[in-house]
This record gives sequence, structure tokens and C-alpha cells, in this order.
Amino acid sequence: MNITLRVWRQKGRDDEGRMVTYKLTDVSPDMSFLEMLDVLNEKLTLESEEPVAFDHDCREGICGACGVVIDGEAHGPERTTTCQLHMRSFNDGDTITVEPWRASAFPVVKDLVVDRGAFDRIIQAGGYVSAPTGTAPDAHANPIPKPDADRAFDAATCIGCGACVAACPNASSMLFTAAKVTHLGMLPQGQPERASRVVQMVNQQDAEDFGGCTNIGECAAVCPKGIPLDTISQLNQDLLGSLGKGIG
Amino acid sequence: MAVTGAILVLYLIAHMYGNLKVFSGQEAFDGYAHNLRVLGTPLLPEHGFLWLARLILLASVLIHIYAAVSLWLRARRARPASQRYQVTKRVHRTYSSYTMRWGGVLIALFTIFHILHLTVNVISPGGASDSPYERLVNGFQPEFWFVTLFYVAAVIAVGFHLRHGIWSGLATLGVNQANRQPKMNAVATGLSLILTVGFLLPPLAVTFGLVS
Ligand code: HEM
Ligand code: SF4
Ligand code: FES
Repeated sequence: MNITLRVWRQKGRDDEGRMVTYKLTDVSPDMSFLEMLDVLNEKLTLESEEPVAFDHDCREGICGACGVVIDGEAHGPERTTTCQLHMRSFNDGDTITVEPWRASAFPVVKDLVVDRGAFDRIIQAGGYVSAPTGTAPDAHANPIPKPDADRAFDAATCIGCGACVAACPNASSMLFTAAKVTHLGMLPQGQPERASRVVQMVNQQDAEDFGGCTNIGECAAVCPKGIPLDTISQLNQDLLGSLGKGIG
Repeated sequence: MAVTGAILVLYLIAHMYGNLKVFSGQEAFDGYAHNLRVLGTPLLPEHGFLWLARLILLASVLIHIYAAVSLWLRARRARPASQRYQVTKRVHRTYSSYTMRWGGVLIALFTIFHILHLTVNVISPGGASDSPYERLVNGFQPEFWFVTLFYVAAVIAVGFHLRHGIWSGLATLGVNQANRQPKMNAVATGLSLILTVGFLLPPLAVTFGLVS
């Protein structure tokens, strides 16, 4: 395959940045998108040019590091992470535009790499349970209804990639926060901090300059882990519940 | 947003019901308008209910607009114009959700015009009148087709606004669960359609001479 890449290049945080066009020949349809970028970087290195910086770690769709916006879609045309996207999803001769996540809360560090520390700070604000340590409890000591366990598990699959923010027209992080609120809120261990958790996490995402949720649904539509939109209603329910408890 | 929006939706249902009285003739329509003014008397003073309702509506509209403007400003701060994507693609979002903000501005402007036209009657195509029925019939005569056209456009804008608004309000109030989504969508689309058609019928009926 021959493809033309338009890639966002930005030297550092304070650089203005611009789109740069590269041509690649002999791309295998079996390459992953990141392998295709590796090929580009090898070529750039041989030409004594600065390679394109992009984030990645596991390359198996579980770490959440590799997100970029491809042709206007977070993680590109398939509902998976960029590392699990393959060039067979594109056609010979295509022009592909690659941009970093765009949000004030995710400043660009270099080229396609953004700083997603804001997500860590939202988790630090309330995305934990204060569990007493000690030996592991009996497996049956704490029965959890199967539907609750399933819902908690589904919500817990969020990998913190940030695609939800990147795709949201408001640059809101509500799906990410709601996934954690739902995950912990469904389990008995999450109950003691349930009301304060949602208030603290929502306050933190406001403080990070994420936008407000207007229930548009782009987040859930691009989420590589299929975090459902109804987690946001769960968050709103918990928020309403916390009002009654005088926390906020 | 959701609570004030819900109040406005309830108002629109009542308003549409009143407007449809136009098909029962002048007496029914004007009688209904008169009843609104004396509703609750002698417990309330005359026009008491009307002004109470107007107060609640005005407060709802203002809070609704305040919340919308803050969300708009927050979104602009969260992704300023300098950080726009070069390429964007719509994956899921509906036309309705896409037009909420500018559509809302259009509806606000329409509402101001509309109150000056049919309530205060300082804008009175076809002649002013003390009878709400006559104001309506005069205003939508065929020679004022552009008034009708403007109403049609505004009511359709309201329909789109409601389609996303009802869905979003339900989600904000915590109703959204995966298995309820088909029903929520049906309610949002159904109610928007009923209100749109119900509001379109009276002006169109006048313009096309079915009501005179
Ligand atoms: C084509 C559709 C419509 C027609 C024929 C219509 C007709 C009327 C009439 C005749 C009145 C005056 C009633 C009276 O004096 O007793 C009125 C008032 C009003 N209408 Fe409409 N209307 C329409 C659509 C709308 C829409 C879509 C909205 C909201 C966005 C709206 C908002 C209002 C408001 C706020 C008032 C003033 C209520 C008050 O303070 O008394 N109308 N309308
Ligand atoms: S909710 Fe989905 S899109 Fe958002 S960070 Fe988690 S995995 Fe990524
Ligand atoms: S590199 Fe880990 S999810 Fe893509």
C-alpha cells in the first residue's frame, strides 16, 4: 500500500505546531498503525530528521497509552485502540490525518504525545477504596449479586486512554469519571466513600478544565472498551444522592 | 438545565393544547385565553395565575440560558479555537445535539418576537385586536406568508431542540440505563414530533384558509 500521512508536528509545549505531510510506500496491510509509524520513523531517522513522537506501551490494547485522532476519529475507524488498528482498515492511496488528543486538560508535550496527568488527579481525588489490609477474606464472605458484579467489571475495563475526552465536542471527561464511579459504586467495598467520591471526582475534573457533559454520546461511541453511556446517569444519580447527605 | 427544561416542556404541552382550540372556533379559543386570566379566582386576584405562570416561565428560561451559556463557555475553555481538530468526523452525535446552542439562540429570538406579536400585539400584521383568536387569524393570513414561514422554521427548530433536550434531560436526571434507551429515545422523538406537528397546525390552517 502507498499512503500519504498528514501528521501533527510540535517540538515542545510552547511550540505552535503544524501539520507535516509524509509519503510512505510499501506499507503492508498487516502492519498495525503503530508499526506503520515505526516505519515512518525509521525512514525519518535515516534521513536525519526528528522522528514523530507518539505514546505507546503494551501494544496489545490494555495500557491506554497509544491514543491519537486518526481522520477525525479517536483511535481511528475501528472500535479499538490505535495499537490494535491495522492498515487493512485503510485503502491504497489514502491520505491519513493524525492528530493528538485535543483538550486544555491534555496539553501536547511533543508531536502526538499529550500529558494525561489530569486523569491521574481525578482518580486521586476519589477513585479508590480505603480497604483494611490483612489476609485475603474468604471468597464467600461478601456475596455480590451477579448483575452488580458484571456492571462493576464492565466499568472497570476503562484503560484511561482519554478517547472519550478527545471525541467529546465539549472535551468533557465525564465517561472516564463515570466509569470509575460506577465500578466502585456497584461493590460493597465502594460504599463508605460512595457519596464523597463522586463529589470530589467531579470537582477535580472541573478544576482540570474539562468541559461539561451534554449527553451527546460521542464518548461511548469511540470508547475502545465499550464503557456504556449509562454510567454517566449512574454518576448523576450518585451526585443527586450525595446532595441529600450534605456533601459537596 | 434538565429541571428548567422539563418545566418548559410541560409549558409547551399546555400551550399546544390551547393553540389547538383554534379548531373549535373563536369562542372556545378566546374563552380558553380568558379562563387562563381568571383561573383560581377568587382565591387568586384576576391575572394572578397567569402572572405566576409567567414568573415561573421567565425564571426557568433565564436559568436555562444561564446554564447553557456556562456550559458553552466551559466547552470553549476546555478546547479553545486554537486547538480545533483539522479533521473531525461525526461518529454518533445527532443533528439535534449538534444544533442545541445556536438553535437555542434562534428559539430565544423567536420567543421575543412571538410575545411582541401575539401576546403584547405591538407587532400586528393584519391588524391588532383584543381577541387572541383574531390576533392569530390576522397574523397568519396568506399575504403574511413570511410570518407563517418564520413560525414554521422556529417550531421545527424547537422540535430539534426538544429531540436532544428531552433525551439529555432524562439522562441528567439519572434515568438512563442501557435497557431503557430505546424507550427514552421513543419518548424524546415522539414528544418532539407531537409538539412540532401540534404547533405547526394552527398557523398553517390559517394561512391555507381552513380557519378564518
Ligand atoms: C406556531 C406555533 C404557535 C402559535 C400559533 C402560538 C400562539 C400563541 C398565542 C396566540 C399566544 C397569546 C396567548 C394569549 O394572549 O392568551 C402565545 C403566547 C406565548 N407563546 Fe406561543 N404560539 C406558538 C408557538 C410557541 C412556541 C414554540 C413557544 C416557545 C418556544 C411559544 C411561547 C409562548 C410564550 C412564552 C407566550 C407568552 C405567554 C404569556 O406570557 O402569556 N409559543 N402563543
Ligand atoms: S472511558 Fe473508554 S475512552 Fe474513556 S478513558 Fe476509559 S477506556 Fe478510554
Ligand atoms: S499501546 Fe497499550 S493500549 Fe495501545
